[in-house]
Amino acid sequence: MAHLDLTILVIDENAIRASIIEEGLREAGHAKVTVVHEVNGIARIIETLQPDVIVIDLENPNRDMMEHLFQLTRTIGRPIAMFVDRSDTASIEAAVDAGVSAYIVDGLKKERVKPILDMAVSRFNAFSRLRRELADAKSALEERKVVERAKGILMKMRGLSEEQAFALLRQTAMNEKKKMADIAQSVVTAAGLLM
Amino acid sequence: MMTKFRAQNGDNGLAAPARLASEGPRTLRAGFIPLVDASVLIAASEFGFARKEGITLDLVRDVSWANVRDRLAFRQFDIAHMLSPMPVASMLGLGSNPSPTITPFSLGRGGNAITLSTRLYARMRQQVDLAETASALENALALAKVIFSMKALGEPLPTFGVTYPFSSHNYEFRFWLAAGGIDPDRDVKLVVVPPPLTSDALAAGAIDGFCVGAPWNMVASERGIGRIVAAKQDIWPSAPEKVIGMRPEWAETHPETVSRLLVALDAAARWCDQPDNHGALSEALADSRYIAAQVDIIRRVLAGQFNLDDQGNRRIIENYFTFHAGFANYPRPSQALWLYSQMLRWGQTGLSQHGMSAAASAYRPDIYRTALGESAGPLDADVRIEGAMDGDRFMDGQVFDPSQMAEYVAQFPVKTGAANRLAGEEA
Repeated sequence: MAHLDLTILVIDENAIRASIIEEGLREAGHAKVTVVHEVNGIARIIETLQPDVIVIDLENPNRDMMEHLFQLTRTIGRPIAMFVDRSDTASIEAAVDAGVSAYIVDGLKKERVKPILDMAVSRFNAFSRLRRELADAKSALEERKVVERAKGILMKMRGLSEEQAFALLRQTAMNEKKKMADIAQSVVTAAGLLM
Repeated sequence: MMTKFRAQNGDNGLAAPARLASEGPRTLRAGFIPLVDASVLIAASEFGFARKEGITLDLVRDVSWANVRDRLAFRQFDIAHMLSPMPVASMLGLGSNPSPTITPFSLGRGGNAITLSTRLYARMRQQVDLAETASALENALALAKVIFSMKALGEPLPTFGVTYPFSSHNYEFRFWLAAGGIDPDRDVKLVVVPPPLTSDALAAGAIDGFCVGAPWNMVASERGIGRIVAAKQDIWPSAPEKVIGMRPEWAETHPETVSRLLVALDAAARWCDQPDNHGALSEALADSRYIAAQVDIIRRVLAGQFNLDDQGNRRIIENYFTFHAGFANYPRPSQALWLYSQMLRWGQTGLSQHGMSAAASAYRPDIYRTALGESAGPLDADVRIEGAMDGDRFMDGQVFDPSQMAEYVAQFPVKTGAANRLAGEEA
């Protein structure tokens, strides 16, 4: 398994995602993996580490700085270029779509790089899914909280029971074709102004 | 389709006939970087010009030029707001993911400036009898004196920020430094800093100056941390700044869509040039979906009213932004060749006949004329001698004759070793 001796550098400002990638690489048998969270001083890291593959997240605005660096490497004998397999554009499209990209040193065979990129793509996608689910769960919780508060306000100001307050919110939301959480938020805002 | 119209609110126009069916969806995904020079693209979407041509622009903000390049190459974008040298570099096979890219439409001229830290500028004034109203060249010569005394004293050399290796900013900063006698590869250190971070990097002392587009120079000068020492106009008034990039194969298979897009962009560019519209344009640009900066800064940037520093020194730069006038949207191959000359000058690539035709092929006036009519283009040749007219001189006073590429590159007193070798071989 000659591919396992590749030196891999992972650049990701998101520490959690970076560690997920790192774990994936180690599970796949790669031992020489370095993770950095910021690009300050990256030139020296690349110089000393001499990575064969660099995995970078595309949300990073410093990616243009990396481009500058790789432009310079053209002249110092160890050219680094973005990994693009023109015979398999679907896989690189999936990578860009997932928000990750890989740079490799010149001459590295694509069969050695593709599994690394594919693993990074699937982990990036899994991470996005997780983040989305977390955001959904958070907003669901927020919505429940605001409905509770609106119910409380209605019960107090209009002397309604809990069920009546809930029914009123629901009916208003249906009449106005809005989400119940939005109606509840207006109730809370209005109450804040009036009281 | 060729009808020019005055923009009202965009809703008055009749919907365009459904003729795009064979070319797929009419929604174009367009990548952009939050900068004032994306105005024409943003205005085309916001003020009804695209809708009037039956197309919808889905504008997607991105964080780096490398991303814009890759997302265009890998078909996440149909078109993109790009630096004028990017299509040229891609056709020359330069950069870490070169993929064929052309431009049929330039988004205008102007918008860049060079800002130095107030500390460095104070030293220039102290060391040289430099007037507040000094020209860009006088400022460059003063900086050269300071750098040479820094060298003599063994002080660390200044670090300057540009935005991308293949950027107008990189070439303009180098042109300005070299005009003052400073070697950008030996006398200073050039690094890449993303535009929105330039002012913070300057404040933190990570860099001592930068060349970047609007509004970031103004942001630094208003914070009192930077002094604007040269504008793009001082270096070469005709220099194209940003362009609309697309894949040549996409342009070929979507001729009708491209024509409609260009008609919409042409109308938007005319609209953006009218000072009366700058209020509405500033409001739109300031939105968090686009540039997310203060409206009044953008308004002053559009008017070219510069606070050079926080001491009240001001300069009005005429036509700081030109979105349409003087054929600003015309993609002139001789301008693509000038960009190639700077790539040669700084050793990014070598001179060859293939390089000449590849560079020129990145700019596509034929598509511009097909969409907007023969009369929409200028009367002079597509490949012309640049910098030969009053009001359009290069800062160093030279003219650029594309047919004399080797000689033009050779005559620069400051250039990289590779360009020196090139000059030797050609001579």
